[in-house]
Amino acid sequence: MSFICMDHVTYGYGNTPVLNDINLCLGKGEVVSLLGPNGSGKTTLLKVLLGLCRPQNGEVRLEGRPVRQINAKALARRMAYVPQTHKISFAYRVIDVVLMGRMPHKPFFFRYSTQDEAQALKALEQLSIAHLRNRPYTEVSGGERQLTLIARALAQGADILVMDEPVSGLDYGNQIRLLAQIATLADHGYTFIKTTHFPEHAVWISDRVVMLKGGKVLANGHAPMVVNEENLYLLYNTDIGMADLDEGLRVCVPRNMLGHFKKRKPVDSFNYFTPNPLKQVI
Amino acid sequence: MRNRSSFIAELDSAIKKGTMILPEKTVVLMPLLLFLLFAAAVVSLSLGRYPVTWSDIYDFFTAVLSGQSLAGCRKLQILKNLFIDIRLPRIVAAMLVGASLSVSGAAFQSMFINPLVSPGLLGVLAGASFGAALGMVTTSTWFAVQISSVAFGLVAVAAAVGMAAIYRGDRLLMLILGGIISSALFTSLLSVVKYLADPYSQLPAIVYWLMGGFSAIDAETVWAVCIPMVSGIVVLISLANYLNILSMGDEEARCLGVNVRLIRMMMIFPATLISALTVALGGMIGWVGLVIPHIARMLVGPDNRKLLPASAVIGAIYLLVADDISRLAFTVEIPIGILTSLVGIPFFALILAKSKKGWN
Repeated sequence: MSFICMDHVTYGYGNTPVLNDINLCLGKGEVVSLLGPNGSGKTTLLKVLLGLCRPQNGEVRLEGRPVRQINAKALARRMAYVPQTHKISFAYRVIDVVLMGRMPHKPFFFRYSTQDEAQALKALEQLSIAHLRNRPYTEVSGGERQLTLIARALAQGADILVMDEPVSGLDYGNQIRLLAQIATLADHGYTFIKTTHFPEHAVWISDRVVMLKGGKVLANGHAPMVVNEENLYLLYNTDIGMADLDEGLRVCVPRNMLGHFKKRKPVDSFNYFTPNPLKQVI
Repeated sequence: MRNRSSFIAELDSAIKKGTMILPEKTVVLMPLLLFLLFAAAVVSLSLGRYPVTWSDIYDFFTAVLSGQSLAGCRKLQILKNLFIDIRLPRIVAAMLVGASLSVSGAAFQSMFINPLVSPGLLGVLAGASFGAALGMVTTSTWFAVQISSVAFGLVAVAAAVGMAAIYRGDRLLMLILGGIISSALFTSLLSVVKYLADPYSQLPAIVYWLMGGFSAIDAETVWAVCIPMVSGIVVLISLANYLNILSMGDEEARCLGVNVRLIRMMMIFPATLISALTVALGGMIGWVGLVIPHIARMLVGPDNRKLLPASAVIGAIYLLVADDISRLAFTVEIPIGILTSLVGIPFFALILAKSKKGWN
């Protein structure tokens, strides 16, 4: 049975269509990566999915039920939005940001109860960042901020996490740790729908990859099948080679970099002014 | 280091039973602030041209609390007249205005995700000033002036919100632009009224009014506006949870199941009403709504659940003390608006320079 379905979804700002007749079906517990060049409609697709943008045509269905018929709080209990790491103006504590996730479970006038606080703390502990709970959200690192937002989604009780470029702005180590965290949560039954600019990340942790170009679906299917040289060329207009490492882990390398790479010479000044950096390290 | 899975199990049982996991923070600040407010009110009651001793206050209140009739004693009669009819309304007015401006300032700063916003953002103060001036020129009763002031305060904000609804684009930005347009419009209309006013009687009255002050306060008006102002403040404080979420941005708030438009209007209306009422009570009193939320934020942090109540109490104390200074410092009363600006601006500059985190 289809879990989340988009039927003939068309959406545009003004007269320019951003999404053009999108048909997609996503399964429960899948990690779905949306790949596509800038302006291909990835973020808009997420917004339509979340009910932030109402499609001019077509319908989004969650377990067969049109999303626009589900009220905002009920939808929030199923589906959580994890935005790109953002710098907010006010330095709320990490635990207070996570507590906001309890909002869809509360009546109109409310106070967060001790249960809510325990839920928020549990969400933080599931991501092993409970020790950050009293730190200002604005002062933790980008990776920790992204984890905080994921914790908020968990506290929300949602089983579908919609993430817009979750790794953007993170250092390489944090990117990888975040991907591992997503994969672990997916093993526990959470469904992830995320956009990314890294084909590799899509292959490594996704079950399904959807490629978008010019508001249309270019390819949709099992990640290792869809992410191939041919599709990547069509998607990015760049010649990208793919190789499998020893155990079959797939990596992408842009071929046109080879020429540039070979032209690089050792920089003279480097030899004169800097002692061998390797020696320093040792 | 606690074992993770056992910790999670512990949390699970806490979720089931509702037991406390996070240690209760000891909240000493709010009781302290409330005590300060009470003390400031009592001290203010004793201050003034007519000399009153502490034992007078004690005698009077023990007489009132024990239900003793005041009619028999001439001294108690005078004290009743002084305390209940003259000083208390003014004290209450100063506290209400200070609390209202600070709470709506704090609420607007979070709602518009901008720490430089003040309660006048959507044009309420400009509209209310125009309304008061128009009332002074066209009507003869003080009541009509106050009604006109509140009415035009609401009209100015309605105009701003209406303009924002017509234009497409970022909601918050459009509201701010609508507020700027509305403020500018009513400021220029105020100039028109000033120009047309009688330069010997009406114009000085308008100018003096716009400097702010509580000298024209009468008991009946204060008791009448007490209920709407206090309920406005209570509504804003009770929606503080939503303010935290709104300050994360519209999209995130909507994804958390918040009806952003409804909540925003539910906060703009009481904020506007209580701000307009401050103008009707005491004229234009600037800088309170910008400075006090910052001071409160430095004391209790940015969480609106604590920030709004703290702002209210600190604002009330601040304006009460400012009013005491304005009526006692010189033989002639200084308009309180001048005082709050002159004290507020350097103080603001000082605390911003001293605070490491800026407006965090």
